[in-house]
Amino acid sequence: MNKAGERLYNGLIKENPTFVLMLGMCPTLAVTTSAMNGLGMGATTAVVLAMSNLIISLLRKLIPGKVRIPAFIVIIASFVTVLQLLLEALLPELNKALGVYIPLIVVNCIILGRAESYAYLSPPIPSLFDGIGMGLGFTFALTCIGAVRELLGTGAVFGYSIMPHSFTPIGIFVLAPGAFFVLAALTAFQNFLKITGAKAGKDVSKIQSGCSEDCMNCGEKGCSRRFYDNETNMEIIDLEKEEN
Amino acid sequence: MSGLLKVSSNPHIRSKVTTNGIMMAVVLALLPAAGFGIYHFGPRALMIILLSIASTVGTEFLFGLYKKKMTITDLSAVVTGLLLAMNLPVSVPWWMPVMGGVFAILVVKMLFGGLGQNFMNPALAARCFLLISFPAQMTDFSYDTFTGATPLAALKAGESVNVMDMIIGKTAGTIGETSVIALLIGACILILLGIIDLRIPGSYIVTFVLFVGLFGGHGFDPAYLSAQVAGGGLMLGAFFMATDYVTRPITIKGQYLFGIFLGIMTGIFRIFGPAAEGVSYAIILGNLIVPLIEKITWPKAFGKGGKRYGK
Repeated sequence: MNKAGERLYNGLIKENPTFVLMLGMCPTLAVTTSAMNGLGMGATTAVVLAMSNLIISLLRKLIPGKVRIPAFIVIIASFVTVLQLLLEALLPELNKALGVYIPLIVVNCIILGRAESYAYLSPPIPSLFDGIGMGLGFTFALTCIGAVRELLGTGAVFGYSIMPHSFTPIGIFVLAPGAFFVLAALTAFQNFLKITGAKAGKDVSKIQSGCSEDCMNCGEKGCSRRFYDNETNMEIIDLEKEEN
Repeated sequence: MSGLLKVSSNPHIRSKVTTNGIMMAVVLALLPAAGFGIYHFGPRALMIILLSIASTVGTEFLFGLYKKKMTITDLSAVVTGLLLAMNLPVSVPWWMPVMGGVFAILVVKMLFGGLGQNFMNPALAARCFLLISFPAQMTDFSYDTFTGATPLAALKAGESVNVMDMIIGKTAGTIGETSVIALLIGACILILLGIIDLRIPGSYIVTFVLFVGLFGGHGFDPAYLSAQVAGGGLMLGAFFMATDYVTRPITIKGQYLFGIFLGIMTGIFRIFGPAAEGVSYAIILGNLIVPLIEKITWPKAFGKGGKRYGK
């Protein structure tokens, strides 16, 4: 199960979808007005991500390459529908707060990205753990952003007021611009840690994002930037064609 | 013109214009309006101005220490601090100019590379930051015993206003925006010194007047139009903030376009928007489209572009 642990670490820290890959920015910026919303959104996405990764990996031999994207969307959309119905029944308040961003999980680029670059190419168990790792990384990032925004914008975290009475809430942090400020500051903080670590001569490979090698000769199978499989000498995703 | 295009080897004649000198002149030109603000609103206005300048200069100083590159001597932080204070109501709590000053210098200016690299006017960005964060305090224009609305708010509510009072400045508003006379004295100083010209302020105000005349619902009624022009931050914005060297277009055609855009946006915000004032939002929106304006108005080099023959 070493592979599974490595996948979890990869998703949480090394290729954290929010702070490193900068994927899924739309829900990140839109729903993190409070720590609870961030946690809810992250957890929902994590479940969809893990389940869809597992199913796509199981079906990877059956799905023809040409129609893989529609096939992924059908699988992802099924899980999102299930989850939305569950949320409506069990956590109606959270469902209301997240609103349209729950159905929009279908087109969340983290999920499509992992399906495309990992689950479609890898066995089920690592795929499941890749999904869990990425999902937890996303949840962690969203909860952090939500907590900071809620603290500065309303003086509370998870609804518990912790700031002194003299504190005037800085309203901009629960509005859209605040999301950009907090995301930028947290990403800058993460880069700062990496750069100071590199300057001090420490081994930063553990916290380094992505890689410095060229993608054509890269051996790492799970890398999300990889689009050329040098074992089979086959293009996995032709980025140019994909856009057209 | 041909004299200016003389080509020679170095040493070249050096212009005596320095950043320092320009900033000094802008501070000088802002002093009449700031002085009137202090006279009109009392000593608390002086405290707000000093706090704001102290926080912008202090932030620039600390950032300079961290980067080991001291830039406070160019006085641009003083201008930013003064402009920010002039854009605040006198009743704001003391920490608000401090927070605004730190935001203006640190986030809007220094993180983007310092003076010359800021993509929007730091003082206005800080004002908008405060306005969005603390709408209650930022639109509370009560001072001394006076608790009425600003002339623009009264105008929006359909009440009549005294245009003469607005020109002298005996109205409610932010510290530096009330007196049209004091602002125009400052603008004249800048124009006479050759630091700004009338391209942006002129096209801005003319477009604004035309827009308000066409869509304001009062037609070209002189009393209404002059109240709209004299009210709010239009004079301060048009002469001192839209003309900021860093955030205005550098092409001449582009400057006219910029002024027209600002006039239209200010008109839209004032007439169709929920708030009575919209100068600051109009100018920072304009700042954002400056690269696009420059792109379409960039002069073509001789021999480039145009039709091609012989194909």
